[in-house]
Formats: sequence, C-alpha cells, structure tokens
Amino acid sequence: MNTEQALSNNRMLTRLSIVAVAMFGFGFGLVPFYDHICRALGVNSMVEKNELPANTQVNPARTVTIELDANAHGMPWRFQPTVRHLQVHPGELVHVEYEVSNVRDSAMTGQAVVSYGPALAGRFVRKLDCFCFTQQTLAAGEKRIMPVTFVLDADLPADINTFTLSYTFFEVAGKS
Amino acid sequence: MSAVVQPHGHAAGGTAAHDGHDHHDHHGGYGGVMRWITTTNHKDIGTLYLWFSFIMFMTGGAMAMAIRLELFQPGIQFFNPDLFNQFTTMHGLIMVFGAIMPAFVGFANWQIPMMIGAPDMAFARLNNWSFWLLPFAASLLIISFFTPGGAPGVGWTLYAPLTVQMGVGMDLTIFAVHLLGMSSILGSINIITTILNMRAPGMTLMRMPLFCWTWLITAYLLVAAMPVLAGAVTMSLTDRHFGTSFFNAAGGGDPVLYQHIFWFFGHPEVYIIALPAFGVVSQVIPAFSRKPLFGYASMVYATSAIAILSFIVWAHHMYTVGMPVQGQLFFMYATTLIAVPTGVKVFNWVATMWKGSLTFETPMLFAIGFLFLFTLGGFTGLVLSLVPIDIQLHDTYYVVAHFHYVMVAGALFAAFAGVYFWLPKWTGKMYDETLGKWHFWLTMIFFNMIFFVQHFLGLAGMPRRIPDYPLIFETWNKISSIGAFGFGLSQLLFLYVVLKCIRSGEKSPALPWEGADSLEWTHLPTPAPYHSFETPPVLK
Repeated sequence: MNTEQALSNNRMLTRLSIVAVAMFGFGFGLVPFYDHICRALGVNSMVEKNELPANTQVNPARTVTIELDANAHGMPWRFQPTVRHLQVHPGELVHVEYEVSNVRDSAMTGQAVVSYGPALAGRFVRKLDCFCFTQQTLAAGEKRIMPVTFVLDADLPADINTFTLSYTFFEVAGKS
Repeated sequence: MSAVVQPHGHAAGGTAAHDGHDHHDHHGGYGGVMRWITTTNHKDIGTLYLWFSFIMFMTGGAMAMAIRLELFQPGIQFFNPDLFNQFTTMHGLIMVFGAIMPAFVGFANWQIPMMIGAPDMAFARLNNWSFWLLPFAASLLIISFFTPGGAPGVGWTLYAPLTVQMGVGMDLTIFAVHLLGMSSILGSINIITTILNMRAPGMTLMRMPLFCWTWLITAYLLVAAMPVLAGAVTMSLTDRHFGTSFFNAAGGGDPVLYQHIFWFFGHPEVYIIALPAFGVVSQVIPAFSRKPLFGYASMVYATSAIAILSFIVWAHHMYTVGMPVQGQLFFMYATTLIAVPTGVKVFNWVATMWKGSLTFETPMLFAIGFLFLFTLGGFTGLVLSLVPIDIQLHDTYYVVAHFHYVMVAGALFAAFAGVYFWLPKWTGKMYDETLGKWHFWLTMIFFNMIFFVQHFLGLAGMPRRIPDYPLIFETWNKISSIGAFGFGLSQLLFLYVVLKCIRSGEKSPALPWEGADSLEWTHLPTPAPYHSFETPPVLK
C-alpha cells in the first residue's frame, strides 16, 4: 500500500469515526428531542396527566351545620351518633357514623326511619350509603358501628344554615 | 471480465506497489496459536470470524434446545422461569451479535478484497482488533450466567425498566454490547474504506459484485445505528449506577423512551443482518443459473432504498405502547413501503433464474430455500406491519415465527449457501455434495417443522417468552420442539461436512462453478493464495 493510499484511508477512518461518535451523541440527543416534540405536538397526552377526577360541585363559601340525632322507639337498644354535630360545605362528600347496641339478652331486628329538620331539606340529601337501607338484626348484647354517606346538594336553599338528620329505630315484629 | 488467472501474488507482482513490505513467509513469522492472535491477513481473520460465529451458533443453539425442551409439554419441567427467561435473552443476543453478524463479517473479510482486486483490508491491524474484541464480549455474556442473579432475563431487546432492576449479570451484558458494538463499528469502517479506496483500477462501483454493494450499505447502517444502541445501553448503565433517570419513571424518566431509542437501532439492525445475506444470494443464484444477475442497477437502488427506509419505521415494533393514531398510520405506511424494494429484489432473483441453465448443487439449494422462505417471512412481516392485526399478534408466537423466517431461513440459509459456494475457493477442496444435500434437506424440513407451526400458535394467542402454556397449545409445541431437536442435530452434520472437506476433500478444479464470474474465481487460482492481488488485476 503506497503512502498516498494510506493517507486517504486514514482520512476516511477519521471521517467515519466522527460519524460514529456523532451517532453516539445522537442517541443521547433523542432524549430531549422526544421530550420537546411530544410536548409541542401533545402526542404524549393520550391520557391527560394529573387530571384526577375532581369534585367541582363543592361550594366552599358556604358552611352548613349538621346536627345528628338518634332515637329507639320502644326498643331496648342504645342508639347514638358518634359525633353530635359537624360543619360541612354543600356538595362535599360527608361520612358519619352511628353506634347501636342491643342490651337485651335475645336477638332483635330493627328498621331505622329517617326524618329531616327542616323537612323540606330532605330532598337535597343525596344518600350513597345508609344503615337505614336495610333491616338490622343484633344478637344479644351486640354492639355495632353503622355508616351514613351522603352529599348535601349545592342547591340547598340559602336560608337553611342548620340541618338535622334524625334516625328512629322501630322493632320489626316477628323477627328475632 | 477476462479470465486471466494470475499465478501466486508474490511471483507476479514484486514491482512498483511493493515498497518496503516484505512478507517473509505466509504467516507473518508466527506459528501455532500466535499466528491467529497476531494475524493481520484478511483471509485468516475471515476464517476466525467464521469459526467464532459457528461456535456461537452452537452455543445459542444449545439454549434454543433448552427453550424447546421446556416447551415440549405444558407445565414447568426442567428449568425455573427465571432461567428460561435468561435462555431466551441470551439465545437472542448470542445469535444476533455472536453468530449471524460475525458470520457475514467473516464473508466480507474473505471475499471483499478478492472481489474488488485489493491486496487486503484497508486497516489490517484494526481488522485484527475488531475480531479479537468478540471473544471477550462473548465471554462476558457467558460469565453473566454464573453471577448472583444469573444472566439478565429481560429479553434480547434489553427493555427498561427491567434492565434497571437486574443483577450484576446485566452490567456484564451492557459491557458485552459495548464491545460487540465497537467491533462492528471498526469492522464497518474498515469495509467502507476498503471498498471506496482500494478497488482495482477499472473496478467502478457499478461493476462491483452485488455482495460488495450490500456490504457497503450494511457498513453504513452499522456506523449509523450501532452507536445509538451503545448510547441506549449506556443510559441503562447510568440509570443503574450513577443516579440518572433516563428510563426510570420514579425519577421522571420514561421507559417508552428506551423503546424508541432501541428500535431506532433495532430496525436498521434487521437489515444489517439481511442485506449481506441478499448479497451472498445475489452471487450464488446467477452462478447456478449461468446468467448475469437480472436488474443489477435496480438491485443496488433497492438495497439503498431499504437502508434509507429502515431508519423511519422503528416504531412499528411498538404499536401497543400507546401511540397517537397519526403515529401508527405513519409507521404503518412507511413499513408497508419497504415491501416495494424488497419485492424488486425477489423479482430480480426469480428473473435471474428464469430461462437459466439451472443446476441444483448445495449452494443453489440453500439460495432457493432462502428465496422461498425469506419471501414467506416477508409476507408475515407485511401482515405484522398493519396496526390492527399487529395489536392482536404483538408478542405472540406469530412474531417469533416471522422473525425466524427472516433471520434463520433468510440470513442463516444465505450463510450456508455462501460457505458451500466459497469453501472450494478457500480450501482448494470440494465438500461432499451428497452430504451437503442431506444437510440442506434436513435443515429445510426441520426448520419448517419448528417455525411453520408457530404461526398457528401465535394466531391462537400463545404469548412468547413464557415457559408454560395451556393444554390446547400442546400439539403444535410438541411438533415444534421435535423439529428443533432435529434442526440442532442436523447442524452437526454441517460441521462434519466442513471438517471432512478441509481434511480429506477431493481437490477442487480451478473453477468449480462454471457460472461464477467475480474476480476471486476468474483472476485467482484455487485455493486462493495467502496473499492475493498484491498487484492490482487487469480489468477490461
């Protein structure tokens, strides 16, 4: 191989090595490239990021006091809410609990019936879950925590600032 | 071309182009192992590449046997799922980077200088180094099996985020990929320089044998694509040890980014494997049809078109990652477009055989086997290029069947064709034609037994890379496994045929294939002398 050819070969070696090194860099260049192009074209947002379903119905400007009440009509059951009253914003998901215990020495079945005060507020209570949806059978001496989950509709008339949620247990006769 | 057969390179050309270089003997002054370690001769290095490739082929093949053994019946019989995953991963890496690619670099080393009338490769010492990186890379891959946690079981694609979680075997694999990449890049630079700078006077680019053309284009693909893979695995490495978060979602990275970078390398890689195979077949088919290659220029342009298209179709490997539909459409159309230049090639090969004086010696059988099965693999590729079908077939055995039709029946069959075709030129002896034909037919039958039925498994929904399967897939899996054992054993016959040829083959005539017309056949004696074309040949 003569020197002219060797020189020409070495030039080619240098050039191709530069191409190889540049392509190594190109691999790393793809990282910001994809970042920018996906952002610019919005192609990476098939599912919107950080857009968890949010409750837009809450009215934080308004606060309503909820008073909880519990009675057992002619039944030997001890029945009371775990908190007596709480403050909520209309539209907010509210979760409260009632405690009931059967002090008699035999099993007994009861059905809770709701009443609202004022009564017209009743249709603004959207109940998702309530122990009053089913009959409750308690064994002798059994104690139970029972939930009510509801939303106070944001359309609740403006003059209602205090709202009473009251439950009364009645015995379901013939069941024990 | 004139059929002037030069005698030994030394005797003929000791004149002008021979200043200062004095070859004392054939092997640079060393004997035994040192001859092979220190050799800078393109023929020696070609031989090293080919033997290395064969050893890797048997190693990767042993892993394939293990995979098919486990899949012989449902349930976990022989290997725990971890080891099974390691086998599938290493089978892929070893076959792609250890067997197929070095095999064709071996052909390039042996053939390109002889085909273009050059005395050797442009950078002989670099050539030695390119080869000797490979055994170290292969050792790293094998050693990784014996590290805590074993070899990586992440699949040959080395997808993040799994690669970030693997044990030390993953690091060894990353370094092995670096070495393999370095070896291919250096080899490619050598091949490009040899072809562009060292052609004999009168050997214009458009007069080169097509094998040189496909390798020139492949070498450019390698220089452009391999560094991107090196970058991708380097990012995995820094994610693992140096606190970066390229692919680690917990640190703000994106695992899908890895797939985009990997397949930017990965799809050109498919053609890096396929194009040299096209080159070999384009030498063999005209020789046994006794006609020049049909549409030589269109072959060159089709090869270039495939190479360019290969850089804009990468995302068809990842239709299911959640791409916008515009992206899927672009990659689908671009991918189906590749069928056009590929179709041109298949048409030209068939047209070369049309009305030719065909004979069916072993190289031609493998070339026709290639043509038939590679086209089938191309068709299933076309099926997979379509988004709605691919989403259904993604990661099923249909894909496994598809790429084995392209990689095995494509690249490997072409490599066998090349070995049988040039073995007389390399050794000066003929292989046993009867045994060669046995090798072809066993390979052909068992290959289809393994992989044809895998199309059915894939269509029925059997996922790949899983060591167990429901009972309904049992029959096809049994057939496939039996085929695999037969295929593996048939390759021992190939080893026997080659060894028999080298040791006790009959002397080959100077031109064993009357249709062969490239320089190594027309201008050199058989066997090819250790130093050839030290004076450039005279071309009309």
